[in-house]
Amino acid sequence: MNAIELESEAVVNVEDKLYTNRYQVDAGHPHITVKPHDKPSKALLSLTTTCPAGCYSLNDRDQVEIAVDGCLECGTCRIVCAATGDIEWSYPRGGFGVLFKFG
Amino acid sequence: MSKTFDAIVVGAGPSGNAAAYTMAKRGLRVLQLERGEYPGSKNVQGAILYSDALEKLVPDFREDAPLERHIIEQRMWMLDETSFVGMQYRSEEFNEERPNRYTIIRAEFDKWFSRRVREAGAVVLCETTVTGLIKDGKGKVIGVRTDRADGELFADVVVLGEGVNGLVGQSAGLRSELKPKEVALAVKEMHFMPQEVLENRFNLKGDEGLVIEAMGTVGPGLSGMGFIYTNKESLSVGIGCLVSDFTESGATPYDMIEAFKNHPSIKPLLAGSEAKEYSAHLIPEGGYKAIPEVYGDGWVIVGDAGQFVNSVHREGSNMAMTTGLLAGETIARLHRTREACTKLNLAAYKTALDDSYVMKDLKKYKDIPNYLHENNKTLLGLYPRLLGQAAQNWFRVDGTDKKTKENEILASFRKGRSVTGLIGDALKFARAWR
Repeated sequence: MNAIELESEAVVNVEDKLYTNRYQVDAGHPHITVKPHDKPSKALLSLTTTCPAGCYSLNDRDQVEIAVDGCLECGTCRIVCAATGDIEWSYPRGGFGVLFKFG
Repeated sequence: MSKTFDAIVVGAGPSGNAAAYTMAKRGLRVLQLERGEYPGSKNVQGAILYSDALEKLVPDFREDAPLERHIIEQRMWMLDETSFVGMQYRSEEFNEERPNRYTIIRAEFDKWFSRRVREAGAVVLCETTVTGLIKDGKGKVIGVRTDRADGELFADVVVLGEGVNGLVGQSAGLRSELKPKEVALAVKEMHFMPQEVLENRFNLKGDEGLVIEAMGTVGPGLSGMGFIYTNKESLSVGIGCLVSDFTESGATPYDMIEAFKNHPSIKPLLAGSEAKEYSAHLIPEGGYKAIPEVYGDGWVIVGDAGQFVNSVHREGSNMAMTTGLLAGETIARLHRTREACTKLNLAAYKTALDDSYVMKDLKKYKDIPNYLHENNKTLLGLYPRLLGQAAQNWFRVDGTDKKTKENEILASFRKGRSVTGLIGDALKFARAWR
């Protein structure tokens, strides 16, 4: 039974969840950026699983990249990487970003 | 824009709204800044509204506030992978004229609260992100910078109600950085279903509502907290655990909420519902010891930004409103007596906090966050499992005599945790609780 559960979990698609949300995307002005790096720190790497919107992923050179469009603006990545300084974090410009219908 | 106000409030959540409302009601010229398109568009909560805190601000709030259901029943569940051991309290006495707790939908509620703030006379400016504080030569805060053109705004005092992930106070060095083991990450989904289905499923009538708070194993190898709150025709369903637990375990928040929703005890409650939003939010869990300096020359901190959350009782929005009220009253009093908002004078805010339930409760539980963090695996993993096994053994009728069953249950606890372990846990818990 556990095996079946794990299998069904593997197909949890965060994009399907984000699709229900409203966003006002500030094209060309990402509010979070990952600093250039050769090899990601442990903290930076953990964001590929910890970010609730799945914004962080590994590229083909095993570096961490971010796509901010689905960001829920929770601040988790900012706190995880506060000590390492791997990312630059600011809030989106006024009016942009996620718009919670219910919150 | 270089207009001067008596007070600038950063943020339009419960704490900022409470502060702005209190000061505007007392005749101060208040400017409130909110980065969202409308108040509430950036705010996330379970959400439970505690009437007492709001009543002290807006006594007639029940007349037009968007309330979902008043809570008459509380279920507390300890989950293992296939079962739960629960405690339940339901009372007809919660069906009262002025109910004590309500479920709310924050986007709706915050819009209502903000309307009341504007009616009280405050100027509310949305779509404006505050980017920093302006200080004079002596270090006194005299205003804020925003992302608007010519966006410098000045006031006698700045009230920071900017929430848990408040960058303004952080970057100005007014408080230290949050730590991954002192803050929880919660994700939530809104599940809609026809009102009568919901009421039948949860044994509710009219505006009655209930709360399920779960802790334990929410999915294979994943432990944390979970919740279901009943709204009028939707359920707020969510999970949460410390940020450090996410980073260390490698579990994703979306797998975890999916596992919680698929738990055999939860899944039937959600059957046939439609998910319409997915949100995430941080919850300060550091408690009393994590509270920063909450006032200084020309500034005060209110709400989540000041770590005012009682994680044992899941209270935060009430503390946000109360801290906003107390800060607003302090500033209004200084304004009336024409005293400056210096650090010395704003200390009255801290005195008022210390006299209120906010600091008394947080102080009482000052050792709990550390206790929970250190005993996380035992409390959320081992004990729910042992209790579940014990309950199953006890209730299953299989020809084994009761004395043998008793011995098996005691042996399972001794084996799982050892007698010294059990006593140690009890003592540590008692000490932290006291």
